[in-house]
Amino acid sequence: MIDLLSKFDPLIEQRETLLSTGMTDPFNLVMERVESPTVAICNGQRTILLGTYNYMGMTFDPDVIAAGKKALEDYGSGTTGSRVLNGTYAGHKACEEALRTFYAMDHAMVFATGYQANLGIISTLAGKDDYIILDIDSHASIYDGCALGDANIVPFRHNDVAALEKRLKRVPEGAGKLVVLEGVYSMLGDIAPLKEMVAVAKAAGAMVLVDEAHSMGFIGENGRGVAEAQGVIDDVDFIIGTFSKSVGTVGGFCVSNHPKFEILRLVCRPYVFTASLPPSVVATAATSIAKLMHGADKRAHLWENSRKLHAGLKALGFQLGTETPQSAIIAVIMPNLEQGAAMWEALLHEGLYVNLARPPATPANMTLLRCSLCAEHSAEQVDQILGMFEAAGRATGCID
Amino acid sequence: MTDQAQIDATVKAVIEPFNKKGVIITDETRFAQDLEWDSLTVLDFVANIEDEFDILITMNQQAEIENVGQLVDAVGKLIG
Repeated sequence: MIDLLSKFDPLIEQRETLLSTGMTDPFNLVMERVESPTVAICNGQRTILLGTYNYMGMTFDPDVIAAGKKALEDYGSGTTGSRVLNGTYAGHKACEEALRTFYAMDHAMVFATGYQANLGIISTLAGKDDYIILDIDSHASIYDGCALGDANIVPFRHNDVAALEKRLKRVPEGAGKLVVLEGVYSMLGDIAPLKEMVAVAKAAGAMVLVDEAHSMGFIGENGRGVAEAQGVIDDVDFIIGTFSKSVGTVGGFCVSNHPKFEILRLVCRPYVFTASLPPSVVATAATSIAKLMHGADKRAHLWENSRKLHAGLKALGFQLGTETPQSAIIAVIMPNLEQGAAMWEALLHEGLYVNLARPPATPANMTLLRCSLCAEHSAEQVDQILGMFEAAGRATGCID
Repeated sequence: MTDQAQIDATVKAVIEPFNKKGVIITDETRFAQDLEWDSLTVLDFVANIEDEFDILITMNQQAEIENVGQLVDAVGKLIG
């Protein structure tokens, strides 16, 4: 018998080497209690959360929780069915209505996760003879969607408008073209030049899909994302989003103005062949989305936090993923995995949780300490966070 | 030179600036194992090949190309 798991031996060995030093496993942390969107108890210690994507801090919003409780009592714990069979409840329709209102678009389709939204929409739109032109740093769910649909995949250098344009021109005459972009790239927290890219894609006759997972709720005048902020949302054919970040629960969606959009509900396999979200989840999502429309003050505070953390970390001498703060993600670039893991652990001991991101999830084989800010982080917490980075950075030799 | 020989010479010229280890390039030279290119190097190299010949080499096609000889053949077919 050939052991099919032996292909993972190098990774097993790398983990064992790292953990044999007595280090806490960065991929096995347990949140024992959660006090608020910004504080949890980990290993018995009160810990500030700076790596949760909980950008707008909606997870403990009283209205959101009340809506979830009511739906749980009124509709039960789960739907036990596909959206196209017995799994569409009033709450699912209400949630899609909330999305249509939020984005001011004609159609909305809710998936079980953001991953499945990309997987389902991309694989259903672009098939064997179509071309998907995508940024090389695209999320795994985008690549998996391309593979599931068996489309021709053409990557271009990250955020390079000229490289995109060149490739679009070389796609065979008459082939279907889908350009896939992200508003905010989650590893470095940088934003895409969507204005230029969408124009180039449209000029080449391509349809455009933008994943706005990391911008919903706080980028753009109405929180609709980078495409809104750059004035091109009307030229985007499909927007993909998630409930697991600003919305504060779980689920994914696609919104669109395409007149034939509704047919996707019958032909999109990751939508059809899975059970729908529980009633309590869609109720919390719908309530949260409605509240995000009026979140201007929270948005302003989130941006203040982002600017303050970025400036503070830079002043301490850390190397950051972006020259200026472009989103609520601030990525601290570590020299290698060993030092990154040591710094991650030192921060945890200080009482701070960030994400340790490493290859292959990261661009250019970088090891990153990825920080995502929350609108509920107080200015005092951001000061505390900077103090923790200073102490941990000195202790591990990451800064002088 | 024949077309094939011309493609072969051009491909090898495009490889050269990426051949940091100074590997002797033959048709059997493999990009991942012998040249030890990572995904970003591959992206840049493929972009240069695409620009040189004004073609597209999709990721699906790239998955089938392991060595220099296979790349030369693939380019020949794509411009053919």
